[in-house]
Amino acid sequence: MLVLNNVEVIYDHVILVLKGMSLQVEEGQIVALLGSNGAGKSTTLKAISGLLKPEDGEVTDGEILFQGEPIHVLDAEDIVQRGIFQVMEGRRVFEHLTVEENLHAGAYTRKDRRHIADDIEMVYRYFPRLKERRTQTAGYLSGGEQQMLAIGRSLMARPKLMMLDEPSLGLAPLLVREIFHIVQRINQEQGVTVLLVEQNANIALQIADYAYIMENGRIVLDGDPATLRDNADVREFYLGLTEVGQRKSYRDVKHYKRRKRWLS
Amino acid sequence: MDQFLQLTVTGLTNGAIYALVAVGFVLIYKASDVINFAQGEFLLVGAYVAAFLIGDLGLVWPIGAVLTVIIAAAMGVVIERLVLRPLIGEPIISVIMVTIGLASLLRALVLGIWGTKPKVFPAFFPKNEVYIFNAVVTTEKLGAIAVAGVFLLIFTLFFRYTREGIAMRAVADDQQAALSMGISVKRIFAMAWSISAITAAIAGVVVANTLEVSGNLSAIGLTVFPVVILGGLDSIPGALIGAAIIGLLEAYTGGYVGDGSLSQVIPYIVLVFILMVRPYGLFGKEIIERV
Repeated sequence: MLVLNNVEVIYDHVILVLKGMSLQVEEGQIVALLGSNGAGKSTTLKAISGLLKPEDGEVTDGEILFQGEPIHVLDAEDIVQRGIFQVMEGRRVFEHLTVEENLHAGAYTRKDRRHIADDIEMVYRYFPRLKERRTQTAGYLSGGEQQMLAIGRSLMARPKLMMLDEPSLGLAPLLVREIFHIVQRINQEQGVTVLLVEQNANIALQIADYAYIMENGRIVLDGDPATLRDNADVREFYLGLTEVGQRKSYRDVKHYKRRKRWLS
Repeated sequence: MDQFLQLTVTGLTNGAIYALVAVGFVLIYKASDVINFAQGEFLLVGAYVAAFLIGDLGLVWPIGAVLTVIIAAAMGVVIERLVLRPLIGEPIISVIMVTIGLASLLRALVLGIWGTKPKVFPAFFPKNEVYIFNAVVTTEKLGAIAVAGVFLLIFTLFFRYTREGIAMRAVADDQQAALSMGISVKRIFAMAWSISAITAAIAGVVVANTLEVSGNLSAIGLTVFPVVILGGLDSIPGALIGAAIIGLLEAYTGGYVGDGSLSQVIPYIVLVFILMVRPYGLFGKEIIERV
């Protein structure tokens, strides 16, 4: 469904952020893209959704294909119309609009305006808490509710591919679990393909069908979650476990420090 | 008592005209966070174009008015395209400075084409006097109130219920998030500027109808400034109430205090006091901070 081939992204004509990034998302899957800060995860999503331009970023090499057609030359609004919707990092709800107006804004590109009311009800079925707050100003919602609104808003566009950028950011663990569970349901019930960017590797691997791990602007590891979970490096660097399976303690770090073998 | 009534009526009628002009500011600010200092000049262009089409070319009123609106809308789009689009993503302050330059340019263009001599505006509404209790109002002022009222209502509904209206507010809130929603920020800006130019043109016609058409018309842009700040730059109801307050204040101080020169200053004095208490204006959006 979505294919990235050797994509290179440069910011401000100078800063090379993606260095030959390749990735593939099959229809109906949940694909997780993991990696530490500054690996280029968000940049990858923005390259796909066309949101690089306002930040002076540019795809300088490689290609991004969606359903077989190149999309890295299109504007953001055309990409949304083709069915790719990015839920941006940090929720980014329209603070001064009500919950319901936010949902309407999400439906901006819809051609079948008659079905919007039904879809608002659908969003409320997934997130009943939003219904209670439908007339409230979105800026005053709690962080979890805002994340629900951000995901609900993306559903309003009826996307084929939903890209979530760190939905767990700043949320309590219980709430993270709830939101990931709903994402999984949306994937199964609505047939929406999901590309998930996360720092919380543990929870992302729980719902993903396939996962990629990024470092320094390229993919260093990929596989299905079970394989990755067993990989010693992944356990050490992304899940915070030692080989024995215990939580790592600072005492041990000193005398033996594992190195990432793919760097160097 | 009669004087009080008369002053109240005068104040409110002037307020209605202020409100119409103020809405032009609000529209642009709501969509793009830019204060358009050329708003008064938009008004000037509208008044001169209408005076030219109807007075000089002798078109009938409805056609002249519709043409004026079309020309104003086109001007809004062209200005957005040539002057403002290159500035998307640049600091707001640069954009605001550009509107000041735009103001001089438009003014010079208008006076260059039509000369500096004041024109008499062809009467739109019949000039009769109407009595409300014991206060006198001219029908042209009542017409102005009606026009202002209709447009304010349309704009309020537009922002609350239409797809484009909600998109405009979304763009004002968070441009990048709006972009991720497939909302074309460029299109929204073009729309905001042309709607604002249309309002200004209508306001120009209404104001010119009660005065004469001259370069001084653009000064109303500055007079209305306290109105918008007072009401909150992004609130249409705020513009309405701010306009009523300023209109009444001017009328009362003009009627009761001294020789009337104080009435030009008083709006600014009140403005300063209100801003000390409510820095976002009476109805402006506050910066929401969650803790």
